[in-house]
Amino acid sequence: MADGTPQVASAGGAPILEVRELVKHYPIRGGLFSPSQMVHALDGVSLSVARGETLAVVGESGCGKSTLARCIIRLEQPTSGHILLKGADITVLAGRPLRELRRALQIVFQDPYASLNPRWSIASLIGDPMRLHGLVARGERRGRVASLLETVGLGPEFMDRYPHELSGGQRQRVAIARALAMQPEVIVCDEPVSALDVSIQAQVINLLKRLQRQFGIAYIFISHDLSLVKHISDRVAVMYLGQIVELAETRAARRRVLHPYSQALFSAAPVADPQAAAARKRIILAGDVPSPIEPPAGCRFHTRCPYRQDRCAREAPQLRAVEDRLVRCHFAGEPGFPPETSA
Amino acid sequence: MSAPVLDVRSLSVEFESTLGTVHAVRDLSFSIGEGETLALVGESGSGKSTAAMALLRLIPNPPGRISSGAVLLSGRDLMALSEADLRGVRGREMAMIFQDPMMALNPVYTIERQIGEVLRLHLGLSKSEILAEVVELLRLVGVPAPEERARQYPHNLSGGMRQRVMIAMALACRPRLLIADEPTTALDVTVQAQVLDLIHGLKEKLGMAVLLITHDLGIVAETANRVVVMYAGRKVEEGTVGEIFADPRHPYTRGLLGAAKWEEADGDLLREIPGTVPSPFEMPSGCSFAPRCAEAIPLCRGAMPELKDVAPGRQVRCFLAEGRGHG
Repeated sequence: MADGTPQVASAGGAPILEVRELVKHYPIRGGLFSPSQMVHALDGVSLSVARGETLAVVGESGCGKSTLARCIIRLEQPTSGHILLKGADITVLAGRPLRELRRALQIVFQDPYASLNPRWSIASLIGDPMRLHGLVARGERRGRVASLLETVGLGPEFMDRYPHELSGGQRQRVAIARALAMQPEVIVCDEPVSALDVSIQAQVINLLKRLQRQFGIAYIFISHDLSLVKHISDRVAVMYLGQIVELAETRAARRRVLHPYSQALFSAAPVADPQAAAARKRIILAGDVPSPIEPPAGCRFHTRCPYRQDRCAREAPQLRAVEDRLVRCHFAGEPGFPPETSA
Repeated sequence: MSAPVLDVRSLSVEFESTLGTVHAVRDLSFSIGEGETLALVGESGSGKSTAAMALLRLIPNPPGRISSGAVLLSGRDLMALSEADLRGVRGREMAMIFQDPMMALNPVYTIERQIGEVLRLHLGLSKSEILAEVVELLRLVGVPAPEERARQYPHNLSGGMRQRVMIAMALACRPRLLIADEPTTALDVTVQAQVLDLIHGLKEKLGMAVLLITHDLGIVAETANRVVVMYAGRKVEEGTVGEIFADPRHPYTRGLLGAAKWEEADGDLLREIPGTVPSPFEMPSGCSFAPRCAEAIPLCRGAMPELKDVAPGRQVRCFLAEGRGHG
């Protein structure tokens, strides 16, 4: 690779989507006497996803995971870096090629209440993108909408209803059907079940898994729910303050994570098992995530890291291959680091 | 066992609407002892938050009304108190924290003034005493540089810090009961761990009873002693946290647990509960859960099962659980 960033290869062979050294800085205008500043939302993020694969991106608010999602589908223009779909650079597209890209790359947002126009019937919500892209002849459109609704587990009677008549889970199914209508290669799922009730979450997750098996769609799955991520993903990228700090196969990450932040994040996630919860030692991090306006010098995690050394404040670690994964920490891979947490 | 801090007996809450009466909470009973955390678990529309608001008599009337029941706080029935007496209880003997601290904090008051108001109203402290106590409370909930923070406004603080301020405000009068309604849902995982740890530590230190309202079974497993599962306004199951997770008797509880244990279904599809919570205007006849229940028998569609004691402190509302008993 041109930039020399190591990769943990995706299991399914050649990547369908590749992100290289993506940077997104947002300027904030200063006041009359204060200089303008930059929000470092993404700083050099590289990842890839293969056909039929699910790559999870996890992290807390402000880590840049939603900015990453928006950059990938070109809702935001990245400051620098490249996004490649089937090997072609889509970062600079405009006009008709950009529209074709919008077909192949779809997104499902967290809040189906906000992403569906309340004044449109379900049939128009799903059918209109097909019209725009000229995918289905006019006379066949209603039939295609009905079959898409069936694919996501809704009956044809939903066609003439409006979003307010639907429950949250049904609306998210409509949002998924609308994405499917475009026969996408990649769907970016940005917290797709966070707004739904627990029992409904399972329905939607099962639906996403079935669709992936059926159509071979690749998912970039953005979530803060670690137990869900461990269930659904093939590989997982942990982000902190605009950077990937660990990228590993989910199977390996379940056994052990090597970055102190991943360790704290994974140990803090509640587990629905009282015995496991009692036996486990949680790492409670001090303080909050620092501001992305002035990320800490050196390692960005050093202000909250329980194992920090002098070197961490001075020298920024690179994302490097350690054992079977990539880790951004000076000490990862040394014997006994980070110390085990489970009892 | 000593008398419970909170004893709720047959609480029912109704709302009038143009489409008819909504029975948001029906015949709900539970109690919480000193130093105990009871989790009230359910999905949206289960009535868990309405029940919590009813304990404080904060149900807007009209359209809502507490149609029956008694709420005994240390033996005193809050439903029988005058509005003036009740004001002395709210915030002093029982306090509540919410999901969104920004809604509970006044954006134009400093932290000192918000917490100070509680101290002035309930404890009649002087100005200098108030500042010292506010700083002490902020220190108690783990706010760094409390003297400085006390002079700041809510918008100066992060989400986790605001939640700590709200907890400090709730704890200002050392209440006997803390009601926490989805206290960490808006927070990040590592901050959530901090706040849950804090509530647990304070419960131990102050001997409070905690009513935790949540939909997150992970949080229940980590923090609760006992669990009440609600569905469509009714209690469907109660037990200790160990009993509920190891031996759930109600099909709805089993479904919730199946849906929450993502990791155990490695690669496979999850066990899901089909359908959605019924609309309050279209409650099915018989058991409210029957239309979504994989185990329903004809009896379930004809009659609502009673809440039955299956063991000491263990209740289930299901025809099938009555004959089961493998606990």
